[in-house]
Amino acid sequence: MSNNTDSHPDLISPGEIKPANLELETVRKKLAGSTGPRYWRTLQELADQPAFGELLQREFPRGAGEWLDPVSRRGFLKLAGASMALAGLAGCTKQPIEQILPYVRQPEYLVPGKPMFFATAMPFAGYSHPLLVETHEYRPTKIEGNPQHGACLGGTDLFAQASILDLYDPDRSINITYKGEPRPWGEFLGSVRGRVLYHNANQGAGLRFLTGATSSPTFGSQMKAIQQLFPQSRWHRWEPVHRDGAREGSKLAFGGYYDPIYKFEAADVVVSLDGDFLSGSWFPGFVRYARDFMGRRKNPEKGMNRLYVAESAPTTTGAKADHRVPARNSEIENIARALAAKVGVAGAGGGQISADQQKWVDAAAADLMQHKGKGIVVPGVFQSAAVNALAHAMNAALGNAGQTVTYIDPVEIDPLEHTQSIRELLADMSAGKVETLIIMGGNPVYDAPADLEFGSVLEKLVSDQKNMVIQLSIYKNETTDFATWHLPQAHYLESWGDARSFDGAVTLMQPMIAPLYDGRTANEFVAIFTDEPSTSGYDLVRAYWRSQHTGDDFEAWWRRSLHDGYIADSAFAPRQVAAKLGAIPAAPANSNGIEIIFRPDPTIYDGTFVNNAWLQETPKPLSRNTWDNVAYISPAMAQRFGFFVLETDGIAKSDSESNVNRDHQSDAQNVLELTIDGRKVKVPVWPQPGHPDQAVTLFLGYGRKKTGNVGAGAGYDAYSVRSAGSQYTASGSIELTKDQWDIAITQGHFTMDTREPVKAGSLQEFLKDKDFAHNAEEEPKTEDTLYPDYREKGWYKGNAWGMAIDLNSCVGCQACSVACYAENNISVVGKAQVQRGREMMWIRIDTYYAGDPANPSVYFQPLPCMQCEDAPCEGVCPVGATVHSTEGLNDMVYNRCVGTRYCSNNCPYKVRRFNFMLFADYTTPVLKLGRNPDVTVRSRGVMEKCTYCIQRITAARINAEEQNRVKNGRIDIRDGEIKTACQQACPADAIIFGDINDPNSRVAQLKAQERNYSLLAEVNTRPRTTYIAAVNNPNPELEKA
Amino acid sequence: MAQLFHRSANTLARASILGVVLLLSSAGAALFQLQRSPYVTNQHIAPDQPIPFSHQHHVAGLGLDCRYCHTSVEESSFAGIPPTKTCMNCHAEMWTSADMLQPLRTSFRTGESIQWNRVHDLPDFVYFNHSIHIAKGVGCYSCHGPVDQMPLMYEENTLQMEWCLNCHRQPEKFLRPKEEIFNMTYQQPTEDHPVQWNGQNYFSQVALGNDLKKQYHLRTVQDITSCSTCHR
Amino acid sequence: MATKIDEEIDVLPPKGVRPPIMGPGHTLGTVTDRIGGIVLTKHTPIFWLMIVALCVALFGMLNTAIAYLLGRGVGIWGVNIPVGWGFAIVNFVWWIGIGHAGTLISAILLLFKQGWRTSINRFAEAMTIFAVMQAGLFPLLHTGRPWLAAYWLFPIPLTMGVWPQFRSPLIWDVFAVSTYFTVSFLFWGIGLIPDFGTLRDSAKTLVVRRIYGMLAMGWRGSARHWNRYETAYMLLAGLATPLVLSVHSVVSLDFAVAVVPGWHTTFFPPYFVAGAIFSGFAMVLMLAIPFRYLYGMQDFITLRHLQNCAKLMLATGLIVAYSYSMEMFIGWYSNDKFELGLVHNRLHGPYSHFYFVLIFCNILAPQSLWLNKVRSTPWILFLVSCIVQTGMWLERFVIVVLSLNRDFLPSSWGMYWWTKWDMMTLIGTMGFFTLLFFLFIRFMPAISIFELRTLLPQSKVKE
Repeated sequence: MSNNTDSHPDLISPGEIKPANLELETVRKKLAGSTGPRYWRTLQELADQPAFGELLQREFPRGAGEWLDPVSRRGFLKLAGASMALAGLAGCTKQPIEQILPYVRQPEYLVPGKPMFFATAMPFAGYSHPLLVETHEYRPTKIEGNPQHGACLGGTDLFAQASILDLYDPDRSINITYKGEPRPWGEFLGSVRGRVLYHNANQGAGLRFLTGATSSPTFGSQMKAIQQLFPQSRWHRWEPVHRDGAREGSKLAFGGYYDPIYKFEAADVVVSLDGDFLSGSWFPGFVRYARDFMGRRKNPEKGMNRLYVAESAPTTTGAKADHRVPARNSEIENIARALAAKVGVAGAGGGQISADQQKWVDAAAADLMQHKGKGIVVPGVFQSAAVNALAHAMNAALGNAGQTVTYIDPVEIDPLEHTQSIRELLADMSAGKVETLIIMGGNPVYDAPADLEFGSVLEKLVSDQKNMVIQLSIYKNETTDFATWHLPQAHYLESWGDARSFDGAVTLMQPMIAPLYDGRTANEFVAIFTDEPSTSGYDLVRAYWRSQHTGDDFEAWWRRSLHDGYIADSAFAPRQVAAKLGAIPAAPANSNGIEIIFRPDPTIYDGTFVNNAWLQETPKPLSRNTWDNVAYISPAMAQRFGFFVLETDGIAKSDSESNVNRDHQSDAQNVLELTIDGRKVKVPVWPQPGHPDQAVTLFLGYGRKKTGNVGAGAGYDAYSVRSAGSQYTASGSIELTKDQWDIAITQGHFTMDTREPVKAGSLQEFLKDKDFAHNAEEEPKTEDTLYPDYREKGWYKGNAWGMAIDLNSCVGCQACSVACYAENNISVVGKAQVQRGREMMWIRIDTYYAGDPANPSVYFQPLPCMQCEDAPCEGVCPVGATVHSTEGLNDMVYNRCVGTRYCSNNCPYKVRRFNFMLFADYTTPVLKLGRNPDVTVRSRGVMEKCTYCIQRITAARINAEEQNRVKNGRIDIRDGEIKTACQQACPADAIIFGDINDPNSRVAQLKAQERNYSLLAEVNTRPRTTYIAAVNNPNPELEKA
Repeated sequence: MAQLFHRSANTLARASILGVVLLLSSAGAALFQLQRSPYVTNQHIAPDQPIPFSHQHHVAGLGLDCRYCHTSVEESSFAGIPPTKTCMNCHAEMWTSADMLQPLRTSFRTGESIQWNRVHDLPDFVYFNHSIHIAKGVGCYSCHGPVDQMPLMYEENTLQMEWCLNCHRQPEKFLRPKEEIFNMTYQQPTEDHPVQWNGQNYFSQVALGNDLKKQYHLRTVQDITSCSTCHR
Repeated sequence: MATKIDEEIDVLPPKGVRPPIMGPGHTLGTVTDRIGGIVLTKHTPIFWLMIVALCVALFGMLNTAIAYLLGRGVGIWGVNIPVGWGFAIVNFVWWIGIGHAGTLISAILLLFKQGWRTSINRFAEAMTIFAVMQAGLFPLLHTGRPWLAAYWLFPIPLTMGVWPQFRSPLIWDVFAVSTYFTVSFLFWGIGLIPDFGTLRDSAKTLVVRRIYGMLAMGWRGSARHWNRYETAYMLLAGLATPLVLSVHSVVSLDFAVAVVPGWHTTFFPPYFVAGAIFSGFAMVLMLAIPFRYLYGMQDFITLRHLQNCAKLMLATGLIVAYSYSMEMFIGWYSNDKFELGLVHNRLHGPYSHFYFVLIFCNILAPQSLWLNKVRSTPWILFLVSCIVQTGMWLERFVIVVLSLNRDFLPSSWGMYWWTKWDMMTLIGTMGFFTLLFFLFIRFMPAISIFELRTLLPQSKVKE
C-alpha cells in the first residue's frame, strides 16, 4: 500500500517503460481505412496493440494510502473543519446567538444587502483590461468586463476573472522589510529620502529603475519628471513574456515602433503565422478579437471567415483553424517567406518547407489573393522580427493595411526592446555603475534570462553596503531575498491609477477597497523621488489628468470618466504607415536538431499567477492537466522514445493517482532532461497531438523557489534554461530519464468514442443538410418517458430558463470556468484530490480530438449542468435535495443534501460535484471577504452543481416584480437582463442564457436553429442546455487534394 | 424443584412490555415538542441588548415609522439596522445624559459599532428578502408580531421552515393591502370588521387575499415553494 | 457412546441411499446433552477463545475506520466522480445477500415441511440477523452526512415541513431492510424460547438458570404453550417468506431504477434474489462445516444437510449464470451504443480481470457440485463455498463500479481504486460478523434442540 505523497517522483526500474509496439504509420493506415467519423481514443487502441492487456495488468489495484495534499495551504482534512461539519447536526440543534454590528455612520448610497458595481481596469503586461467590479458593502466579490469599453465589450479572460483571488491571497506580502526584518513606513521613507538627497547631489548617477511594461500615462509623466530631476538615472524595462520580436519586426517594416490593430469582423480570410489571437491576453486585444472573429462564424448561412494557422506549440487558435499546419518555431519563418513570396512581397522567399506546409501555403496564398483587402496575416507576438516584418509587408502588399489592419503608436510608454534594456542594466550592474536599484513589480531574479545571472549580479550589488535595492512587489518572491528594502505593493483593486488598453484608450483604475496590507501603488512609490512623498494615489492621478484635460468642465468630465471607467475617445488614431520589406535577416538554415519552444503558461502566465489556486486548478487547454506545467512533445517523438502518455483507455483519473499505481504511464509521466547550452532541467513529457515533431514546448512560470503555499513545489522552472539569445526558440538536447512525474489531469479520454457528444461538420455538409446535427432514429419522442409531465402540471408557464452554447464560437479559453469559481464560491481541492477525480469545476470544457494524431481536429465543449426537464438526478434523491423548479431548473438544496451521491451516479453528464471532504476553507479570515454572500458555502458531504446562477435569476426576478413588470402573465424579465457568470465572462459570446418562453429572446432563436441539438438526446433527458453544432469552413481546394 | 422466579415475575414481565411501548412513544412525543420549543427556537425570548431599546416606546409611544430606522426594508433583502448616527439624530438632543444610552454615545465617539444581539436569525443557507415580501403585501406584523407592544424585542414566531411554508403554501390567508404593511394595528377582515380596499368591502380574509394575489401578481404556490425561492 | 457415533461420521452410505438427517443411536437425552452441553459447559474451548480474540481485534479496527470516517468524511475512501458508489454499496449488497439463506431455510423450508432444515435453521437464522446488521452499517456510513441521513431518511414530522422523497429506491431500501431485520429477529427469538426453557431446566447454577429463565419467558412446554407457539411460528413463517424475495428485489431496484448502462435493466430483481440465495447457502456451508467439525456435531449436521445445501447452491448458481449470459446477450442484442460500451468495458475494459475472476468463481467453480464426491466431501465443499462467496462480492463490484466508471460521456470516464480505509471497513465487518456468531454459539443453542427431538424415532412413536 504505497502512501507516497512527495511531489518529487523517484526512480523506477528501467523495465517499467515498455516500448509500445505501435508505429505511427500503422495508426495512419488504420485511420485511412476507417470509415465514419475518425475519432480515436488512444493510440494504443487504434492499433489495438498487444501491449494493451499488459497495461491493464499494470492497473491491478494497490490499496491507496490515504494521503495528505502536499500543496494544500488549507489542509482540508483539519479535524477542526470536520467538527465544524459535524456541527451541521441541524434539526433539533440550538442556533448560537449571533451579533449585528451596524455602521456608526452609514455611507451615503450604500444599501446593505445590495451589490454595487464600479468601473476600474486591470493592468496586464503593459495593457489594461477594462472591468466592472461587483462589490458587497465595499468588498469586491466578482469581476466582469466593462461592456461599454471597446477593448472587451463585457468579456474577460481567465486572468481578469481570477485576479480577485490574488487580492484576498493570505500569502501576499503584508509588511515593509529591511533585509528581511519588518520596519515601519516612516523608517522606510527616511531611508529612501536619504537616497533621494544623495542622488540629487550626483544627478542621479547610479540610480536605476526596473519595471515591467507599462502604459500608465500618470506613471509615464512621473518617470519623465524623474528623468529631469535625475538626468543620469535610467529606466529599464523587463517583461519575461515580452514582444521584442514584434517590436523589431515593426522597426524593420516601418522604421519605427507601431502596434497593429486587427479588424477581424471585416476579414474573410485570416492567416496566422503562430499568431495566437484566440488563446489568451498575451496576445494584446485577445478578448475583443475573439468576439470579432467569432462574430463571423455564428451564422454559416450568411457565410463564414476562413482561418489558416501555421503554429508551433499547439494552441486553441490552432484548434479553431480550418486549416492548421504544425511547424517548428524556426520553420514558421520559412513558411512566412514562402507565403510572402506567393502574395507578391519583393525580396521574400528562400528557405525550405515541407510538402504539407507547401500545400498549406499555396492554399492560403490563393485565398489571400482572392480576398485582397479582406484578409489578415497575423504574426505571432513571440515570433522572430522577420516573421513580423513579413506579415506587415504581406498585409501591405495585399491591401489589407488600412482595411483590416491598422497601425497605432505603441501603447507602451517609452517603448523599447526589453532584452536589450535588461542586458544594459546587467552590464552596468556588473560594472558597478549602479548604486540604487528600484525594482517595481516583476521578479527578475526568477525570470530574467538565465545566462545573464541576474541573481548573482544582484547579490554582488547588495553585498556592497553603499548600494541599495528597493523592491515594490505584491508578493515576497525570489527577488525579495536580494532586496535591501521590500515594500508591499497594492493590488490593482486597491489602487488609483490609469493605463491604456490595446487600442490606446485610457482606462482609469479606482480602488474597490482600502489596501488590506497597507500596500503602495507604483505611482505613490515613485512620488517619493519627485519630492511629493505621501501624496495619495488619487491626487497623483487626478493632478495628471487635470493637467491633461482642456476645458473648464474638469469636475464633470472627471466624474463621468471615473464612472465609465475610461476616458472617452482616448483611443489612438490609426497612423498611415507604409510597410517596406527592409533588410530582413537571411532565412535560418533548417536544422533537424531538437528545438525547444518557450511559451507563457496558459493559466498562470509568466508566473504572476502561480499562487492563484483557481488558475492552478484550471485545466490547461488541450492537455487538461492542472497544478503543474508539462512539456509538450509530438506523439511521433513519444513513439521513438517508446512510450505513450496520451491516456490509455479510460484510466486517466486513476492513473494520475500518484499514490495508487505510480508505475502507470499516464499517471507518472516520463521525465525528460533538457540541456540548453549547458543548463539542464527535468520536465514531465506530454505527447500533445498536433505538436510539431523534433520539438519540445516548455511553459514558463512554474518551479518557484519562493512563493506562497499554493504555488510552492509545483512544476519545473523553464526560465532556468532560457537565455537572452534564444528566448522563445532554442536548440538543445533531450534525454529520457528514469524519473516519473505525477501529474493531475481532469479529463481521461480525448475521444468521442461512438457517442459523438460534439456534432461538427463542414460548411458544405451543413449547406447540403442543415439538419446534420440530428440523428432521427436515435432520438426518442419526448413523450416516451416515465417522468412526471411538468407541463401538464402547469409548470414552465412563467419564465423558463434555458441556455444555448455555440460550439463554433467556443475558443476553450477557460474564462467561464474561472468566472464560475468566483461567482459560486466553488472550492479548490488541490492536486492530490484532482488526481482522485474530485475537482469541483461546475462548468468544464471537454476537449476531444479527431483524426490524425500528428495534426488532429480539436473540439471544445463547455459543459455546465444541463438542467434536464426529465432529470435522472431528481427521482433518485431520497431526501429531495435536488428538485425541479417551476422554471425548469434542477434546484440543488445544499442544506438538505445528505450526500448519497446517487444523483451523481445517475447523471449522464457527470456535472455534479461532491464535497468528499471539507474542501471549503472556513478558517482563513481574509478569504471570507471575497465570497459571494448570495451563494451558500458548501460544507463537507454535500453535493453541488450549476444552477444557472440561480442567485442572479432570483435577484433579477425580485427586481422585476418590485417594479411590477408583468407581460402576458409572465414576469417581464428583459432578455439579457440576467447573464450567467460564464456567459458574462465569455469573450467569444458562445454562451447564451435566457427565457425560452420568450420567442424573441436570443436563446429561443438559437434553439430554433437547425444546428441546435441536445447532448445525449438518446437518453431523453430533455436538457435545457443545448448546443449549436460546430461548422468549419475548409478550403474546397485543399479538401479535394 | 424450587421456583426460579416469584409469582410477581409474570406481572412484572407483562408490565415491562407495556412500559417499553409507553416509554418509546413518550420519548418521541417529547422530541417532537422539544425541537419546536422556545428553548430551541428562542421564540418569545428577549435576549439582553447593550441598550434596552424599546420598540413599544418608539413605535406605539412616539409613533415612529418602521422605515425611519429600517431604511432599506423596501429595497433590499436586508431591512437594515440603524447606524448609531440615526439614534443620535434625536439623542444628541434628548436623554443626553441617560446612563442607559452610554453605549450609544461611546459608539458615536469612538466609531465602534454597538453590538446588538440578533433576534431574528435565519440559518445562513436561507436567503430571505424583505423587499419582495413587502412588495407582495406581507405586513411586518405577519412575521414580527406586535412589535409596538414589545418593550424588548423578541421573536414572535419560530422562524422554522414549516412556519415559512405555512404562508408560502397559502399566502391568501396572510396578505394585506400594501397601505397597511407597516400598520401594527391592522386587523384582518371578518364579518363584523370589514376591510375596505379598492373601494370595496371585504368580509373575509380569503376573499381579500385572493384579490390581492391577483392585484400584486403573486406567483403560483408551486413557484414560491420551489426550493430555490429561499435556498441557493 | 457419543464418541462411537463420531467414528462412523461422514461415511457415505451405499449408492442410492441418501445419508440420514441424523446420526443413529440418539435419544432425547443425548440430543439435549450434546447441544445444550456446548452452552452449559463450564470450560470454554481454546479455539473459541482464539477466534473471538481475533474477531475482537477486527471489530476494533472496524470502529477505528468508522471513527476516522466520521472525522474526515467519505473522502478517505476511494469514491470519486464518476464512481460515486464504491466498497460501501458493494459490501451492503453482499451482506444483505448473505442474509437471505437463514430466513429462506427457516420459513420457506418450514412451509414446505423439509425435515432436514431443523438442525441448520437456528444458526442460519442467527447468520441472517448478524449479516443484516453488517449490511445495515453501510448505507448510513456511505452518506456524506450520516448524522443527518440517520433520521432524514425516515418519515418523521420534522420542523422543515418536508418529507423524504418516496420516489427514491433508497427510501424503499430503508423500509425493506428494517422490516426484514425485524421479522427475522422475531422469528429467531420465538424459535429460541422452548430451547431456553430446556437450558433453564438443565442448567446447574442458579444464576444461569435465572438468566435462561428470563429468556424463556416462563415457558413450561404445556400443550397450550406449544399450540400458541406453533401458530405464532407459522404466522411469522408466512410473513417472512415474501420478505425473502422482496428485500433483495428492492435492493436491486437501487440499480435498476437508474439510467446508468449496466444498472438500467428489468431483470435485476430475480437475478439478485437468486444471487442472494446462492451466496446465502455458501455462507451456511462456510459456517456449518467448521462448526460441526469443531463441536463434533457431525451427526446432527450430516452429509445430508451439506448435500442439500450444495444442491441448492448449484441450482441458484445456474440461475445466476443464466443472468450473466442474459446481461451480455441483451447488451449485444439491444445494439444500443451505451449497452455495447458496457459489454466492451466488462470484457476489454480496465477492470476486465475482475469480470473474468467473477465468471470463474460464480459459474465455473460451482459446476463441480454436480459431482456427488464434491457434495459429500466437507472440505472441498467449504472451499467451493469460499470461492462462491468471493465471486458474489466481485459480482457486486462489477455491477457497481464497472457500470459507473464508463457511463455516457468519454470525457468524464474515470477509475475507482479503494483505499486502506475501504479495506479496513470490509474486513472489520467480517470480524464483527464472526464475533457475533461465535458468541451466539457459546451462549445459545446453535441447533434447535426441541425440533431435533421431533426427528427422533421415539418422538415419531408418540405421534
